[in-house]
Amino acid sequence: MLKSGNNIMLIEIQNLNVAYGRKKVLENVTLTLRKNEIVTIVGPNGSGKTTLFKAIIGSIPIKSGSVVIKQNLKIGYVPQVLNIDRSLPLTVERFLKLAKNRNDQGFLRAQQILDSDDLLSSPISNLSAGQLQRVLLGHALMNEPDVLLLDEATRGLDQPGSAAFYKKIEEIRETTGCAILMISHDLHVVMSASNRVICLNGHICCQGEPKSVAASPEYASMFGSKVEGTLALYHHSHSHEGKGA
Amino acid sequence: MLDDFMVRAALAGIGVALAAAPLGCFVVWRRMAYFGESTAHAALLGVSLSLMFEFSVFLGAIFVSLLMASLVTLAQGRSLFLDTLLGVAGHMSLATGLVIVSFISGVRIELMAYLIGDILSVSKTDLLLIWIGLVIVLVMLSWRWSALLLCTLNEDLAASSGLKPRRESYALTIGLAIVVAVGIKVVGVLLIISMLIIPAASARSLVSTPEKMAVFASLIGMLSAILGLNASYVLDTPTGPSIVCVASLIFIITLVLSFFAKQFSAVVKNKKES
Repeated sequence: MLKSGNNIMLIEIQNLNVAYGRKKVLENVTLTLRKNEIVTIVGPNGSGKTTLFKAIIGSIPIKSGSVVIKQNLKIGYVPQVLNIDRSLPLTVERFLKLAKNRNDQGFLRAQQILDSDDLLSSPISNLSAGQLQRVLLGHALMNEPDVLLLDEATRGLDQPGSAAFYKKIEEIRETTGCAILMISHDLHVVMSASNRVICLNGHICCQGEPKSVAASPEYASMFGSKVEGTLALYHHSHSHEGKGA
Repeated sequence: MLDDFMVRAALAGIGVALAAAPLGCFVVWRRMAYFGESTAHAALLGVSLSLMFEFSVFLGAIFVSLLMASLVTLAQGRSLFLDTLLGVAGHMSLATGLVIVSFISGVRIELMAYLIGDILSVSKTDLLLIWIGLVIVLVMLSWRWSALLLCTLNEDLAASSGLKPRRESYALTIGLAIVVAVGIKVVGVLLIISMLIIPAASARSLVSTPEKMAVFASLIGMLSAILGLNASYVLDTPTGPSIVCVASLIFIITLVLSFFAKQFSAVVKNKKES
C-alpha cells in the first residue's frame, strides 16, 4: 500500500485519535502525503493542527489509530518559534549545524535560503521575524528532507514577506522534489499554492482540491464572513496571473 | 596533602564550581533559575530527614531533590501555574525541614551549616562524593550537549530529528539534583543556586558560543571559590557567602566592562563613519 508507481506514500495517517487527558483533540483523522505534494491544513485556533504535527514527529502519544511514516523518511520541521533567551550565545551557523544528519548539500541549500552570507555569523537572538523564518527553514533543509513540515511558518511576516516565503517553498519543492505539509492561516496563498487543502477542526471537516474546498459549506461555516474575502482574493489571483502557465 | 583542611576546602569548592557552572548555563538558557532554587530548598527536607533517621546527608538531599525535580518535570506542560507550584513545593519542603530539625536536639547550630554551607569541615568522603558528582555531571553534559541545546531551542524541533526532549530535560534535572546535593556542604541550600547562575551570567557578556560560555563560567566559578575561600580566611567571614560575594563581584565587573566595551565600539564605529 505504501508504494504505488510514482505516487510514493510518505506519510499515511489512519483513524488517528489524540487526547490530552479527557479532552479529545484529534478524532478519526485520516490523511496521506505523497511524494511531491503540497498539502495545507487550515482550521481555527485549537483545532488540533499543531497536535497533528506532534503526532507525526512522535512527540506526543497517540490514543488510537496509526501514523505510518515511510522507512528512513527524512523530515524537516519548521516550528513557529524558537525559545531563544538572550543569554544563549548562538550564531545562525551554529544553529544550522545543530541539525541532526546534516550534510554538505543540505548546508548549501540552507545558505541559499538565507540569501546573505552576513546572516551566518549573526547572533540568532538579533534576527528579525523574516530572517528568523528563513533561518528556521534553512535548518529544516540541513538533512535534505523528503518532507517539510511547516507550522504556521509565516506567522509574524507581512504580506510581501509571506509571499516571498511561499515562493521559496515552491522553489524548494521544484529543485529537491520534497513533499510539503503545512499549517497556514494565509488562506488565499494556501488556495493558490496547494495541491490539496484539509480543513481541520478536531476532525477533518472537508478536504480536496483548493477550489472544491473553498466552495464547500463546511469551509464556509468554519471561516464565516472571512470566506468571501478569501474567495475574492483567490479568484483575483486566478484571473490576473492565470493558471495555465 | 588532603589532611590540610584548607586544601580539602579548596578542592571541594573547585569541584562544586566546576559541576555547577556548565549546568548553570542550561539553567540560565532554559530559564530554570526558579526551578533550581525550589529544588535546592527541597533538599533541606532531605537533610533534616537524614539527620532524624541518621543516614547520609548526601543521600537524603539527593533523594528529596530528585523527587521534587521529578514531580515538577511530570507537571511540566500539564499545569498552567507551574511557577506557583514550584514556590509552594520548594518552600513547603524548606519549612517542613526546618520544623523537623527543631525536634532533633543538638543540631540547631548545625542547621546553619546546611543553609549556608560549611566548606571548612569537608571530609575526605565529602570530597570524594563531590568529585564523583562532578564527573557524572560533566560526562552527562558533554555526551548530551548538542541534543540539550536543540531541546532548549525547541522541543518539537528536537523531536522531529529523533530526540526525546523529555528524557533530555530529565537528564538535566538529575544533574541539578546532584549539584544541589554536593553543593550543600560547600555553599548550602540557600546559596547553591547562585553557584549555578552567577558564573554563567558573568560569562555571557564575554563569549559568542555556548561552549565558550560553559568554559568561562567554569573558570569564573573556580576563581570565585578560591578567592572566596581566601577572603573568608583572611577576614574571618563565613566561607559560602564569601564565595558567592566574590562571584557577584565578578558578575558586576563583567557587566561594567561589557557596557564600556559596547560604548567604545560604538564610538569607533561612529568615527569610521564620519
